[in-house]
Amino acid sequence: MITIIDYGLGNLGAFSNVYKKLNIDVRFASNVGDLKKASKLILPGVGTFDQAMNKLNSSGLRNYLDELVIKKKIPIIGICVGMQIMALKSDEGVLPGLGWINGKVNRLSLNNKNSPLPHMGWNDIKIQKRSPLIDNLDNSKRFYFLHSYYFQCQNLDDVIANVNYGFDFPCIINHKNIFGIQCHPEKSHYNGVNLLKNFAELN
Amino acid sequence: MLSPRIIPVILVQNKGLVKTINFENPKYVGDPLNAVRIFNEKEVDELIILDIDATINNKCPDFLSIKNWASECRMPLCYGGGISSVEEIQRIISLGVEKVSINSSALLNPDIINEAADLVGSQSVVVSIDCKRRKFNKGYDIFIQNGKKKYKIDLISWILEVEKRGAGEIVLNSIDNDGLMKGYDLDLIRLVKEKVSIPLTALGGCGSKKDIMRLIDEFSIIGVGAGSMFVFKGKFKAVLINYPSKIEKLNLFNETKKI
Repeated sequence: MITIIDYGLGNLGAFSNVYKKLNIDVRFASNVGDLKKASKLILPGVGTFDQAMNKLNSSGLRNYLDELVIKKKIPIIGICVGMQIMALKSDEGVLPGLGWINGKVNRLSLNNKNSPLPHMGWNDIKIQKRSPLIDNLDNSKRFYFLHSYYFQCQNLDDVIANVNYGFDFPCIINHKNIFGIQCHPEKSHYNGVNLLKNFAELN
Repeated sequence: MLSPRIIPVILVQNKGLVKTINFENPKYVGDPLNAVRIFNEKEVDELIILDIDATINNKCPDFLSIKNWASECRMPLCYGGGISSVEEIQRIISLGVEKVSINSSALLNPDIINEAADLVGSQSVVVSIDCKRRKFNKGYDIFIQNGKKKYKIDLISWILEVEKRGAGEIVLNSIDNDGLMKGYDLDLIRLVKEKVSIPLTALGGCGSKKDIMRLIDEFSIIGVGAGSMFVFKGKFKAVLINYPSKIEKLNLFNETKKI
């Protein structure tokens, strides 16, 4: 069952609504017991890096999540800050990240009046490698972005798609069973719904 | 490439959807949740919902309604109205709202901007500013409490302070042009746009595709906010929720480039 990790951050209702409309079963998990039946995991996140790490560290879920993701290789997708905390560390905070994908989170320093920060709005993604996660997207390949930090992957092979805002940086990443997306699929209409459907259907 | 955001702004009063002219005479135009559903189908870029009653009546935000709107929204949602503390901001974000807009409370207690930015991240903190052109001399005054009360502060120094304190976006509203559908107050937007390096959304007066094009042509990356245009249709202002289709929007952006 698709299980949305409820650690007090992020838009859980928006994800479950998308899946309900697709007739795909979904549940929330706020304790280890709830996590046990998970076949796929969604790690949402809105807010700041340290806030997300603090909440996750104090949720009581952290150790079991490590086991599910690293040992049992359950597919997981981190969304927005949920993706960023999969890195080793971030410019935005002092706490260490989960370190599930090799990389660090940097601030988008643009210093350019034509590129205000945060990077806010609809932007086209540029696909770098094939992945079932991004099958059947619109020709336009547009997603909604709202962030001031980005995930810099250590291994370029981990990048599924980049986006350009001042420069190209990763916005959809994947290492083994672990996926991350900077944009908000739950708020990206058709493309977002499709991406979440693709995630549910991953083998 | 990042596109300009075309954003319907809907006003809520007594749980109903209303539209005002110059911030006065709210006219009932429907049910907000129903509007959210229609805007989903129209695939709008973003949606702003403002409760215009909450602050003046000293009410806290209607959390249950906000939760229902947010769960229904398949596009990013910004909520504003009646917010007076960071706890409320955090609660609204936890209900699944992407951005929270503060107005009166930011002016009365500017620290709320810093505290909110620390707690939920700058990207989710929007400060909206209601402006009115001065009658007898140059410049603009800022109003609070839904346009009821003038607040003595210089517009530009407030804009700079808002940015410095960590807001992630400014929504700039023209009281003079609200509901008239005769175009944006471009002087006001120009004045502010040159000063800010965070995203800016213009609101007040948009009535036609031409108004949208003029705004994008001059300011390129900007939030294009509009109320009346997306809830009224035609010469007689029949209530009909509408929004440019994907192709219309693309054409609009392409035509803008040719101006």
